[in-house]
Amino acid sequence: MQTAVLLITLLGMALVAAAFYVVVARSGPRDDDYSGITQQGYLIRRWWFLFLCGFGVLVSAWSLIPFPLQAGGVGAPRAIDVTGRMWSWDIASSSAQVGESVRFRVTSADVNHGFALYGPDDQIVAQTQAMPGYVNEVDVTFEQPGQYRVLCLEYCGLAHHAMAAEITVSEGS
Amino acid sequence: MATLQADYATPETERTPVVKLYLAIGLIVFAALMLVGVLMRAAQGASLSSIGPALFYQLMTLHGAGMVGTAGLAALAVNWYFLSRYVRLNPRVFLGALILSLVAVAMIVGAIMIGKFAAGWTFLYPLPANPLGQWGTGAALFFVAGLLVLGVAFLLVYLDMGLAIVRRYGSIARALGLPMLFGLERVDSAHPPTVVASAMVLIVNVAGIAAGAVVLVMTMLHLVFPALAPDALLMKNLIYFFGHVFINATIYSAVIAVYEILPLYARRPWKVSRPFLAAWLAVTLMVLAVYPHHLLMDFALPAWMAVMGQILSYTSGIPVLVVTAFGGLMLIYRSGIRWDAASSLLVLGLFGWAVGIVPAVIDGMISVNLVMHNTQWVPGHFHFYLLIGVVPMVLGFASYLGSNGEQGQTGRLGVGVFAVGAVLLCLTFLVSGANSVPRRFAVHEEAWQWLGNLGALSGGLVLIGTLMIALPILMRLPRARLSAV
Repeated sequence: MQTAVLLITLLGMALVAAAFYVVVARSGPRDDDYSGITQQGYLIRRWWFLFLCGFGVLVSAWSLIPFPLQAGGVGAPRAIDVTGRMWSWDIASSSAQVGESVRFRVTSADVNHGFALYGPDDQIVAQTQAMPGYVNEVDVTFEQPGQYRVLCLEYCGLAHHAMAAEITVSEGS
Repeated sequence: MATLQADYATPETERTPVVKLYLAIGLIVFAALMLVGVLMRAAQGASLSSIGPALFYQLMTLHGAGMVGTAGLAALAVNWYFLSRYVRLNPRVFLGALILSLVAVAMIVGAIMIGKFAAGWTFLYPLPANPLGQWGTGAALFFVAGLLVLGVAFLLVYLDMGLAIVRRYGSIARALGLPMLFGLERVDSAHPPTVVASAMVLIVNVAGIAAGAVVLVMTMLHLVFPALAPDALLMKNLIYFFGHVFINATIYSAVIAVYEILPLYARRPWKVSRPFLAAWLAVTLMVLAVYPHHLLMDFALPAWMAVMGQILSYTSGIPVLVVTAFGGLMLIYRSGIRWDAASSLLVLGLFGWAVGIVPAVIDGMISVNLVMHNTQWVPGHFHFYLLIGVVPMVLGFASYLGSNGEQGQTGRLGVGVFAVGAVLLCLTFLVSGANSVPRRFAVHEEAWQWLGNLGALSGGLVLIGTLMIALPILMRLPRARLSAV
């Protein structure tokens, strides 16, 4: 997913850059008929505005229905309680099986932490905040076997970068 | 170019001296904090192992608080300078705010470098009170109080601006152009875009700083009386509301330089119109309401807030892309514009702001945020806004006022070096984010270190480019007659 996000972003940015390049390259010679330019410009702007609105509606509908977050997407998953504290993770169970759905119930014993689950390919699979006084639930279905890592993604002091744990995901029997 | 000496405006002799001080201090501090940024990226690239985690997180706090504060003050100078053409502002209040800000800076720097405070510029509650021995309560109090003093400095200037605007225009709503937008008054194309932008900044940033003051006072109370423990989610909401609004107000203040200076180069007017006023009203409302996109991973919040955060995150970009960036490009097109350091920097600033919308909006999508939140994607997108947006706008303003934009070949080369370095730096952040590299890590895994090194090199280019542009300005600034605009 991350690669696709990066490519789409670079494409969008390249389009903006191209618009700037084209205009800067055509900044001269001077055309004194600015009202003619604005008339044409306003017409383009109207379509540009309508396009952005329409595109926004489509992307919002596509990305928000069904609601993409939190727990509840998976029927009756196994619950695993997770507590973050400076600077370690207390995870009730650190093993799972491929294909298994797990609901992480994440909280913190002290300050804010960020529970980020990294897959065997070192890419983030899912995350949520670990907050004192709150339990955030996030559902994960393990699709690959191997060592998953939990890193802290909310800055929490001196050993924030070292706050890590592992979850082993094995092939089902 | 003729200067305006209307009786409602601030006298020319009073407009310039304090702005010079703001600019000089701003440029020097920008360069110094860029060096800090380079050191941090070098440490993440393992090229600078002498920076241990404790110092790294102190530098991270210094870089964040310093850059946000300096960008805020420099953009305030842009806003003050141009608004003073249209209303009578009090330079003593502006100078007083600078002195107060310097006191705040001393408190913040002292707390970080002497007291070893390192909770990040966002001082996310309850971390300031839970250092596990890394810093003392006194250091945390000094840092938080320093931010509070800085907020007071801003509010004093806004109070003066607000009073001056009301004296001339009758109300903030009229300055924002609402009667014209809703057909109660005819559209006056001579109504200055600067006044519209200033009204927007006043509305949002007074609210933002007020929320900031509340959370800062609550943090101080918690530091002194640990039993007084506010709700962590409430504090987070207040902090991100304050932070989001403040940094947006900074961008919307800095863009006034584009509205004022670019038309002089293009020899074309930037006039207000109904779409322009509608865009600024929309931005005013959206800047105040969009902050939940920082809290998409806080599932304890109601789902509607996450949905609102995603949708407003997208719609916030529309006025920028449709009105300001498009308007700027229309102004340049076939204008025969003179390309010098100032005009290049202003257009670069407009570009950085517009292009930064893309990674920001994409990260504002809930499903993307699930894998990008708090990775280096985040500094990637905000460096586009701030490093390629706000900084070139301020440098362009300084270049135009300090040397009429004529900085010769060195200046043009400096802009090129700055632009290449800045784009590369931002791209390394985005690529890092796509590789799930966390933000705010003092120590990076070996697989991530090449990106840190590339970032440090790019940051070095940014610093060199900045110095090439800023040093000649700084040398000319004491003698410069800042009366061209």
